[in-house]
Order: sequence, then structure tokens, then C-alpha cells
Amino acid sequence: MDQITFILDVMVPAFESGLLMTLALVAVTAPIGLLIGIGVACGRVYGGKGLSWLMQLYAIFFRGCPLLLLLFILYFGLPSIGIVFTPFVASVLGFIFCNSAYNSEYIRGSIISIKEGQLIAAKALGMTRNQAIINIVLPQALRRSIPGISNEFIYLIKYSSLAYMITVIELTGASKLIATKYFAYNETFFAVALVYLALVTITTFGASALEKKFAIPG
Amino acid sequence: MTEEKYILRVENIKKAFGTNQVLQGVSVNVRKGETVCFIGPSGTGKSTLLRCINQLTIPDSGKIFLNDEEVTHAGPRINYFRQKIGMVFQNFFLFDHLTAVRNVEIALLKVKKLPPKEAREKALYELRQVGMADWADHYPAELSGGQAQRVSIARALAMDPEIMLFDEPTSALDPELTREVLEVMKKLALQGMTMLVVTHEMGFACSVANKICFMEHGHIKEEGSPAELLNNPEFERCKAFIGEFREYSQ
Repeated sequence: MDQITFILDVMVPAFESGLLMTLALVAVTAPIGLLIGIGVACGRVYGGKGLSWLMQLYAIFFRGCPLLLLLFILYFGLPSIGIVFTPFVASVLGFIFCNSAYNSEYIRGSIISIKEGQLIAAKALGMTRNQAIINIVLPQALRRSIPGISNEFIYLIKYSSLAYMITVIELTGASKLIATKYFAYNETFFAVALVYLALVTITTFGASALEKKFAIPG
Repeated sequence: MTEEKYILRVENIKKAFGTNQVLQGVSVNVRKGETVCFIGPSGTGKSTLLRCINQLTIPDSGKIFLNDEEVTHAGPRINYFRQKIGMVFQNFFLFDHLTAVRNVEIALLKVKKLPPKEAREKALYELRQVGMADWADHYPAELSGGQAQRVSIARALAMDPEIMLFDEPTSALDPELTREVLEVMKKLALQGMTMLVVTHEMGFACSVANKICFMEHGHIKEEGSPAELLNNPEFERCKAFIGEFREYSQ
């Protein structure tokens, strides 16, 4: 089999299905991870002692636990106590825990960087604390979090390959299968690395476009 | 003799931050349409007093009444009172991510729940009142201090407050910008707005205030009409404070 046939008949179809799986993992994880990250960050900054402590525990635990280990626990460990996830669900859960924990730190940092006067002025107008947080503080804090959140998004694209370890055939998994089958390690892994590079590059440009779009003039 | 009708009654307000007793029992009554200026050295509790009135700072004891309704211990109802009590801050505190007109309309939308069109019209009207209509689409960072402060006055006025609190509104501004803000405030006073103003602008206090309160060490040490206080201060410290102002303004 010559190179062209290998690329067209083997690599492209395998990458295509692998890429779709990778994109599915990322697309499900990222928005949920962001929302939970916002919630955890708000809980830490604005919650009472109990909630704040609980949210801190969340961040410490899921930032501290190696992601691969987390996936193993979710997929191989939990069935022994009767909780069974499909490989896809187990992967997404693990990614969401990890993604949201890191996002919460970026967002928390942005929230505490917003001057207190913003909240005070909002309250003075008769806004409740929640209205002030949602309408005044978060829109500013999230703008400042864009670089951190997109950084985490880039990590997510790459660590989504860990799903392969619990049998989700995403981009890395698909490439590993054909690399072994055809003994074409270099070509395959180099090609798949280029695909990841392309994804990350698109994300980088997307993030800076987003930053520009939401930049506050002046 | 009929009992006098006050729009705002502040009764024996005390507040300590740690061991620092900032307000040691301050009482003041304000009639509708009056402008009361608070003067005195820095750190004597003037700003804290204003913040206690709309409960941004919760006093340790004492009571505050707006139209005979108790503002202190209002619980969640405080957000109703805060709409009635407009506040303007030394550092403007405009919402940095919103244009001038959005700054003015956001509370109309979120607190008063006005329909967007109505809120926008009201916001533009208030901006016109402070001479900032041409700057409606500019962000706070694009405005001068005086312009920003005028927008923040419009923002407070948009809620149709019954009284306005000004916490050193011109202390962050140069003389020229100070002037444009004081002009707006003077116009407001003449229109009959009830105003409590913490200020170091003696000229403004003398020409606009119905009453001046001299504060020191958490007490109102002396109060009276501008003429009484300026020409005849009984209290030594007040005499010295006003004297210094005189000296530099000659």
C-alpha cells in the first residue's frame, strides 16, 4: 500500500470518526465546565463560610487528583459499588470536574480583581446582591477570565485524549489503532499531532477574537 | 404647635470599626427640599454617616427614618429604600463595562423592571439633565472625571429618589471639573431635591446649603445656617477649620 492510499483510505476515515468523538467530548464538557466553574467561583467569593469551604474543597480535590486516575475511578472503580457509566459519560464527567475546578480558579481571580465600588454602587441603586453579581460583577470578571478560560479549553482539547484510556475511540485512540495495525507510527502520530495543532490554533485565534469583541473601550 | 415634618430623620447613630468609634451618636433631621452639607476634617465619620443612611454600612445602633418609615432593620426591603435614596460617590463607581446610557438604564431595567424602550428614554432624559446626552455611547474610561461624575448623578436620579446623598462628589476632580459637577448639583438643589452633601467645597456649602453641619470625632459639633456658622462659629475647632478655608480663598 502506498502512502497516498494509506492516507486517503485509512488515515482520513479513522481521523474523521476520531475527530468527531474528540469534538463531542470537548463540546459537551466546555460549556458545562464553564458554568460549574462560574458557580464554584461565586460560591467561594460570595458564599457563606460553609459554602465557600465546600467549593474550595471541590477545587482542591479535582485539581489535585490526576485526571487519568479520576477517569479510572469513574469507569473502572464505581461499577463495583453499582454505579455504571458508559465510557463517554465517564470521560465527560471526569473532564467536567477537572475543567470546572481550573476554570473556577481563573474566574475567582477575576472576580476579586473587580473593585468593590462596582458592587457598592449597584447595591446603592437598589439591586440585590445577586442582581449586582450577575449584572455588574460577572460581566466584567468573565471578560478578564477569557485568557484563562481559553487556556483551559486548549488543555481540554489535548487531555480529551485520555478518554482513550477508558476505551473511548477519539482522535488519539483512532490513530493508535491504525498506527499499530499498519506499523505506521511516525506518519500517523505526526499527522494526528498536526490535527491537534490545528484545533489549538483555531482556538487561539477564536479566543483573541473573543477578547477583542468583548474588550471595554477606553 | 404642630410637629415639624421631616423627610429624613437620623436618630443617635453609632458605628465603630473595631476599636475606632467612627460615629458616636449622630442625629440630624432634614426637611423636604433642604440641602444639608457636612464639613469637617477627614476621618470624622462624614462618609460613614451617609453610608449608614442607605445601609451600605450597617450602624451598630440608632435609627433612620425616611418619610417616617424605618430604614434601619428593613431586611430585604432595604432595596426599596435604596431606590428612594440616591447616592453619588467620590470615585464615581460607574459600571466600567457599560456605556454612559447603559449605566443609567441598567437599574431601571433590572430593579424597576421598566420595558427597554421606556428605560432608554428615561436614561437619555437624565443624561440630558446633566448635560451628558452627547456622551451616551461612551464608556466610563473615555470620560473625564467631571463627565463621569455627572453620569453617576444621572444614574442616581433615574431611580426618582426622594433624597440624594453626595459623598465628597468633587474630591477626585480638578477645579474646572469640580465646577461643572457643582453646577449640576446646584441646579438640582434649586429644583427642590433634598440633598445631603459631604464636601470640602466651602463655597458650595455657603451658597447652596440650608444647613451646614460641622463634624468632628464622630459628633456633629455645630450646626446652623451658612451665615451662622461662618460668621459666628461658637466652637473653637470649627472656627479654625473655617478660618483656614478663609485664609486660602482670599
